[in-house]
Amino acid sequence: MTTTPPATPPATTGSTGVAVELADLRRSYGDVHALDGLDLRLEPGEMVVLLGPSGCGKTTALRILAGLERPDAGTVLVGDRDVTRVPPNKRDMGMVFQAYSLFPHLTVLDNVAFGLKLRGRSRAERRRRAGDMLDLVGLGQHHDRYAHQLSGGQQQRVALARALAIEPAVLLLDEPLSALDAKVRVQLRDEIRRVQLDVGTTTLFVTHDQEEALAVADRVGVMNAGRLEQIAPPAELYDAPATPFVGSFVGLSNRLPAQVVDGRARVLDATVDVLPGSATGAGVALVRPEAVRVTADPAGTATVASVAFLGSVSRASVTFADGTLVTAQLPSAAATALQVGRRVRVDVEPVPVLVVAD
Amino acid sequence: MSAVVSRVVRYLLLLAFAAFFALPLLALLDFSTTDLRTGGRTGEAWASLVEDPTLTEAIRTSLLLAALTVVGMVVLLVPTMVWVRLRIPRATRLVEFLCLLPLTIPALVIVVGLGNVYAWVDYLVGDSPLTLAFVYVVLVLPYAYRAIDVALSAIDSTTLSEAARSLGAGWTTVIVRVVVPNIWPGVLGAAFISIALVLGEYTVASLLNFDTLPVVLVLLQKSDAPASMAAALASILFAALLLVGLSLLDRRRPTTGRN
Repeated sequence: MTTTPPATPPATTGSTGVAVELADLRRSYGDVHALDGLDLRLEPGEMVVLLGPSGCGKTTALRILAGLERPDAGTVLVGDRDVTRVPPNKRDMGMVFQAYSLFPHLTVLDNVAFGLKLRGRSRAERRRRAGDMLDLVGLGQHHDRYAHQLSGGQQQRVALARALAIEPAVLLLDEPLSALDAKVRVQLRDEIRRVQLDVGTTTLFVTHDQEEALAVADRVGVMNAGRLEQIAPPAELYDAPATPFVGSFVGLSNRLPAQVVDGRARVLDATVDVLPGSATGAGVALVRPEAVRVTADPAGTATVASVAFLGSVSRASVTFADGTLVTAQLPSAAATALQVGRRVRVDVEPVPVLVVAD
Repeated sequence: MSAVVSRVVRYLLLLAFAAFFALPLLALLDFSTTDLRTGGRTGEAWASLVEDPTLTEAIRTSLLLAALTVVGMVVLLVPTMVWVRLRIPRATRLVEFLCLLPLTIPALVIVVGLGNVYAWVDYLVGDSPLTLAFVYVVLVLPYAYRAIDVALSAIDSTTLSEAARSLGAGWTTVIVRVVVPNIWPGVLGAAFISIALVLGEYTVASLLNFDTLPVVLVLLQKSDAPASMAAALASILFAALLLVGLSLLDRRRPTTGRN
């Protein structure tokens, strides 16, 4: 695993968050190791997104931090406090669930005030704070509604307001957008990030959607088989994957034959730098589609197999005589010159690539 | 079939059902208000509901028994079922089996077994008819279990309880303030079924020699038939009123549906 600390401290305008540390967490379900020695540190006020395929242990990690599950081994530190054995109701965590979790018998306002009531706050204070939180998530007009009168996106906003109302030490988001449709998902994703920056609460967000992860995170942790493969700011994770798994899981990559000599890789007649952790000798280079340039050229060595229009950009698949398939991403305007069956020249941009053993 | 014809058929069916239910009740009313000597009308039988000490005592006993049974059932069953669902789902089948068991054993067999148990209950708690509440709690389990189980299945109790716990609620708060309010219609239903069952239970009470309303009604039938009919009608009306009351109570609450 490689760890990159946040380059700059996250911008916070509200209260300062606390640091969270998960150390050597282990959890097994029968023969399955959901967590196999997970180490993760969240800086105060930081939003870390855990990303990974289903079954990689990301939700288990979040539930252990919430106290909803016990680790077999390892420790959970929130600030300076060891909460490994502390029950969830004594942990001071605000949590938003994947499933709609508003209490059906309470109004929106009472839902948000629920945690404050348990903390013995006065009625006036509860109403004021819950109202403020609802304003924050843009639902100031819906105090007296019930959950079944709200859309899915609105319910998750209320759930966010409810989680934040108790001024939690840590905010936990367990795939909060998975049940929503695409447009609402993007909208609410940006909203969650805005609110999180506003209140400055240290946040752990779990998702299997990489676009979501890259869009909102200070740092993204990619998990696989119960371990953290790499944790880094989104751009770094994308441009400089540390392991073959991260390279292939995050974003699209072409797998092209490469030869590494003296820290430089020979890929499709181009010579490019290699990233740390690359294999030496013969291997496979992971090359992003946007690092591949395709130009129509009657003397080219490849032919266009298909072109997919994706809006502002298009993706062209080209094949070489030996059967190697390469995907290139290019502006849609440039893609009109590429017709299926045409000869093209393929170049690789001189950006560093990760070369893995074949 | 045209709309008019189907409406007529609907009303006819409704009328037929209404008659089916109402005629025996009207007959009860008629008989209980008839003066058997003169053939005229009299309110004597109805007055005896509050005047005849045996009858009033039996009514009081049965109502108390119903209340005790409901309390016992709710206290025993609701936390158990919620706990099993949230914490030990593996035990669901076992609890269901245990709760349905009373249905499979004939009342007579239960009473024979209970005879021995009640010798001890007499000895320890005294021989008040209210001790019947112990066996009634067991007898209502199959029906109450079903009603509460349906309500529990309709909500995502796991997520709701996890949300409540993350907000600072202990287990008692989770059950009392989050789960129970959302399964309230089921609990009310279970309570109603329990009351109806207790008010109509004859076998166990009679064989254990306790004077509950049904037992006294049967005795009374031989000595003062109109009074027994009046009491029977009164208990049916009481149960019906309860049902209407409970459903009205339920309607005042917001619907707990989700989209």
